[in-house]
Amino acid sequence: MRRHMADGAGAEPAEPTPVDPAAWSCPVPLQDHDRVILGHGGGGVLTAELIEQVLLPAFGTVEAAAPGRDSALVRLERDVSDGAVTLAFSTDSYVVQPLFFPGGSIGDLAVNGTVNDLAMSGAVPLALSCALILEEGLEVAVLRRVAEAMGRAARAAGVTIVAGDTKVVGRGSADGLYVTTSGIGAVAAGCQIGPERARVGDLVVCSGPVGEHGIAVMSVREGIDFGTRVASDTAPLSGLVQAMLRACPGGRGEGIHALRDPTRGGIAMVLCDIAEASQVGVELAEPAVPVPDAVRAACGFLGLDALEIANEGKLVAFVAREVAPAVLDAMRAHEHGRSSVVVGEVTGDHPGLVVARTALGGSRVLDRPLGEQLPRIC
Amino acid sequence: MRYLDEFADPSVALRLVEQIREDATRPWTVMEVCGGQTHSLVRNGIDQLLAGAVEFVHGPGCPVCVTPLETIDRALAIASRPEVTLCSFGDMLRVPGSHADLFAVRARGGDVRVVYSPLDALGVAEAEPEREVVFFAVGFETTAPANAMAVVRARELGIKNFSMIVSHVLVPPAMAAVLSSPARRVEGFLAAGHVCTVMGTRQYDSIVEQFHVPVVVAGFEALDLLDATSRVVAQLEAGEARLENAYTRAVGRAGNERAQQVLDEVFEVCDRTWRGIGHIPASGWRLSPRYRDYDAELRFDVGDVRAEEAPDCRAGEVLQGLVNPDQCTSFGTTCTPRNPLGATMVSSEGACAAYYRYRRSGVATSAPAHG
Amino acid sequence: MCLGLPGKVTEVFVDRGTTMAVVDFGGASKQVCCAYLPEIVVGQYALVHAGFALTVLDEKAALETLELLRALGTVADEIGGPERTGDPSARRGERAKSREESA
Repeated sequence: MRRHMADGAGAEPAEPTPVDPAAWSCPVPLQDHDRVILGHGGGGVLTAELIEQVLLPAFGTVEAAAPGRDSALVRLERDVSDGAVTLAFSTDSYVVQPLFFPGGSIGDLAVNGTVNDLAMSGAVPLALSCALILEEGLEVAVLRRVAEAMGRAARAAGVTIVAGDTKVVGRGSADGLYVTTSGIGAVAAGCQIGPERARVGDLVVCSGPVGEHGIAVMSVREGIDFGTRVASDTAPLSGLVQAMLRACPGGRGEGIHALRDPTRGGIAMVLCDIAEASQVGVELAEPAVPVPDAVRAACGFLGLDALEIANEGKLVAFVAREVAPAVLDAMRAHEHGRSSVVVGEVTGDHPGLVVARTALGGSRVLDRPLGEQLPRIC
Repeated sequence: MRYLDEFADPSVALRLVEQIREDATRPWTVMEVCGGQTHSLVRNGIDQLLAGAVEFVHGPGCPVCVTPLETIDRALAIASRPEVTLCSFGDMLRVPGSHADLFAVRARGGDVRVVYSPLDALGVAEAEPEREVVFFAVGFETTAPANAMAVVRARELGIKNFSMIVSHVLVPPAMAAVLSSPARRVEGFLAAGHVCTVMGTRQYDSIVEQFHVPVVVAGFEALDLLDATSRVVAQLEAGEARLENAYTRAVGRAGNERAQQVLDEVFEVCDRTWRGIGHIPASGWRLSPRYRDYDAELRFDVGDVRAEEAPDCRAGEVLQGLVNPDQCTSFGTTCTPRNPLGATMVSSEGACAAYYRYRRSGVATSAPAHG
Repeated sequence: MCLGLPGKVTEVFVDRGTTMAVVDFGGASKQVCCAYLPEIVVGQYALVHAGFALTVLDEKAALETLELLRALGTVADEIGGPERTGDPSARRGERAKSREESA
């Protein structure tokens, strides 16, 4: 495979030229570059320009980031930490192709994905970092669009992008743009949520219709593109989770045992992970899982299973039976949980296995999906 | 979804189950040939609901599973060539050859792309004239018209950088081979519905005449399969052996004659070795002399290919309905979808994969609620 | 084999001499080759496999099949025949009869 990595070192001058700082003016204005060049990753003037003129205005962090620091400082407020401090910390890389798809872009995913990973621990997200790897030749206008999407998503999620890094690699090495975001969040004392905490008798709740993100991306991917109304469901779920925690007696989420966002591998993957981690059996009532008609249609002619398709704005919760009604009410009152519904329950039978039951009473064991979702003829 | 949801109605389905159980005075052995039907039966739990009245044995209805090992190995070799872009249906990507699969070839730098339709592959050839685009043309009679049209269009449009690896297989000879086997247990057939949209139900006349077995053409939804099964059982109980059509909304006696004409022109009948089953005479299609310049196996000389099956794999017996997947000692242990020994565990329509997905020991179907 | 799905034809056009259609599967649509069904008409339902329309679905036949299936189990009640817990072979006879009549 072609691999051509350049770290932009060649952009630095071989010999320092004496300059009078008072007379210094920017030799290469960004406006001359409509495409990213290797020099933008060099850590010098060009990089600074890219950050100041494209990234910071989009992220809205001109004041907070204080350029010149090697690391950002994030202050934990007392009312968030409430004594004992548990930090949730997550990182994810985003390499989706194409960069823009119905309902969103790689920028939306990069912010919401990490925010949601934090939220699944019951954390309030505090800050994000953003590392960009740009392909030489990427249009700056595209970068700007992605950065603006990230800024909007961050504001909607109530989180700030406080640190970042930008590198440029040679043409052909990065599919346009890769993003890695890391995030920290604060988990309230007493909040204990984890995949190993599901218990027999728990109800399994899904926050809304499944399959939208994966189908939306597939619908614009070369080779299997098709016309559809489906748009990605990418959304920040931290607000929804906090509402769920507050709805429990004590207001700290007692009774919410496990939370996961079903991204790659869909809800099948998430249910399998929790069943195994908790060593419980999960019974899924397949007819209860909400699947939009357009997703069902696309799955139909491609031969895919909606339960295995990625979601970017949904969560699956394992909730103690006695708190489920209150939690469901709270979810349905929230903009990202209006269609929440019970889709299954935890049983003592077949520990570690997930069994889906059809309307006829037939059953099938749901496995972890193996890998890529591929359209089939058979 | 229209023409689908109505045929999945659970209350009607359960009444049909009850009726079949009443009608059967003894257990009957019925084979469905089509992999899509296998999956629907197992997924809906129909085989469990009818246990004791009907035993389903799963036939060689997965063209991906039965593609000869040598052909897979040759396809892998062609895909490994730097100038070749191999386009394939998604099903084929994980089918194990003697030493690798197409995913592995892609990881090593081969240009392997999944397409939904053979015309997509032709589109790639048009868009990338510097590449040699090869399409892996597998399938039963249902897929053959699509594959045929790809080469017809290639010729019409003058696209030269396109060729196909053709490995078509035919349903009636497979049924005849199953029925001719001395170990045969099959007493009636659910015949593949979508194959009949192309070939017409009349292609099964000779099976019924020669072997005196009931053959009922079936669709794919729960009601379609139960309806067809109840007709097979009714015939068996009455000692009859007729051809019936239970998929009238999609299938007729004649089939699609325009498609048949194109198939006659593009393909010719040949002998075929079915992976796991063996040599079945006149059971396949290859490109006719008129279209042989589009044959990728001739265009790319990939030398001698020695094919080796995994020694413990019993896919052949499974494909003939002699053994059910869960009776194989490797099933679920050394052979899983993640590490398949044979093609029947890989293809989503393979019987072993269906069993693995939908049946695991210890997981029972709950008693059906009576509506 | 043979993942074939019914979909509604919403548009018909010609591409370099071949009839094509846009088929809506209930929210997702695909361009489908109709070289084997060139008389296809907007509003019809086609069975699509691997990007090709193979046959037009016969609505009348579909309705007849559904009616027949739905009637099973109610035939005995309607004509005052043997009770459900009564004689299975008599019910079998009724069903065979009603199948022949609708064939």
